[in-house]
Amino acid sequence: MLTIGLMHYLILSAAIFCCGVFVMMTKRNAIGILIGVELVLNSVNINFIAFDRYSLVPGFDGQITALFVIVLAAAEAAVAVAICMNLYKNINTIDVDRGDALHG
Amino acid sequence: MVFLQRRCSLLAFAGVMAVVLTMPAVAMGQESADFEGVPTAVQGGVLEAVLFYIFGGTALVAALGICLSKSVVRMATWLFGTLGAVAVLYLLLGAFFLSAIQLIVYAGGTLVLLVFGVMLTSKSPWVRFECSKVELAAGGGVAVMLFAGLLSVLTRADWAVTEGATTGATVEDFGKALLTTYLVPFEVASVVLLVVMIAAAYLARQEG
Repeated sequence: MLTIGLMHYLILSAAIFCCGVFVMMTKRNAIGILIGVELVLNSVNINFIAFDRYSLVPGFDGQITALFVIVLAAAEAAVAVAICMNLYKNINTIDVDRGDALHG
Repeated sequence: MVFLQRRCSLLAFAGVMAVVLTMPAVAMGQESADFEGVPTAVQGGVLEAVLFYIFGGTALVAALGICLSKSVVRMATWLFGTLGAVAVLYLLLGAFFLSAIQLIVYAGGTLVLLVFGVMLTSKSPWVRFECSKVELAAGGGVAVMLFAGLLSVLTRADWAVTEGATTGATVEDFGKALLTTYLVPFEVASVVLLVVMIAAAYLARQEG
C-alpha cells in the first residue's frame, strides 16, 4: 500500500473515467456534457503519463502524447462552446434533448 | 435537509480547494529538494504515497462532486479541483512541464471558456436541467459496471514495468522532440488550432 506503483494510477484514472462517463450520460446541459468529456480526457492523460513513467522503454513519448491530447481538448472545448452558443441562439436553451430538429 | 446538503458540499469544496491551493508549496518543496536531478527526491518513498493518496483522493472527490452537483457553475468549480489535483499527480510522475501546461491551458483556459459558455447560454447561471430517475439509474449502472470491468482487467493484467526512479523530461527535451521526431504532429496540431479558431469565430458570430 505504501509503495505507489503503476496500478494505483491506473485504478484512479479508471475511477475518474467512469465519473466522466456518468456525467456525460446523465447531464442534460450541453456544457455539463463537455465537462464530462474533459474528465474522460484527463483520466486518459493520467494513464499516458503513468505508463510513460513506469514503462521499460526510455524516452518520454507518453508525455508528448498527453501534450497533444491537452491541445486537442482545448480546441474541442472552443468549438463545442461555439456550437452551444449557436444552439442557444436557435432554440433558446442548451438542453440537449430539445435539439431534436434532425429527429426522424 | 437541503440546508445540510449545502453545508456538506460547501465543506467538501473548501477542503478540496485547500488541498489544491497547497500545491505550489508542494511543487516548490520538491524543486528545492532536488533541483538538478528533478523528481527523484520524492519517488519511491512514503512521502510519494502520502501525496498520492491526498491528491488522488482530492481528484476523485472532486470528480464525484461533478457527478452529484446539479448546477453547471458548481460542476465547473468542482472540475477546477480535479484539474488541480491531477496537475499535482503529474508532478509526482515527473512530468513537470505537463503539470504547468495542465494548469495554464486547462485550469486557466478551458475552464474559463466553459464558465463563459455557461454565462452566455442561459438567462441565469443557476439554471438546472433535471434528469429522470430511470436515466440516473441507467447511467450509474453503466458507470459502475464499466468500473468493475476495468478493475478486473487491470488487476489481472501483467504489465512489464520498472520500479526505478525516473529523471523526467525537461523543457529542452520537449522542444527538441517537438521539432524533430514529432514535427509532423506538431505542424498538424498548429493547423488544427488555426482551423478551430476560424470555425469557432464563424459559428459564434452575430448574424447580419
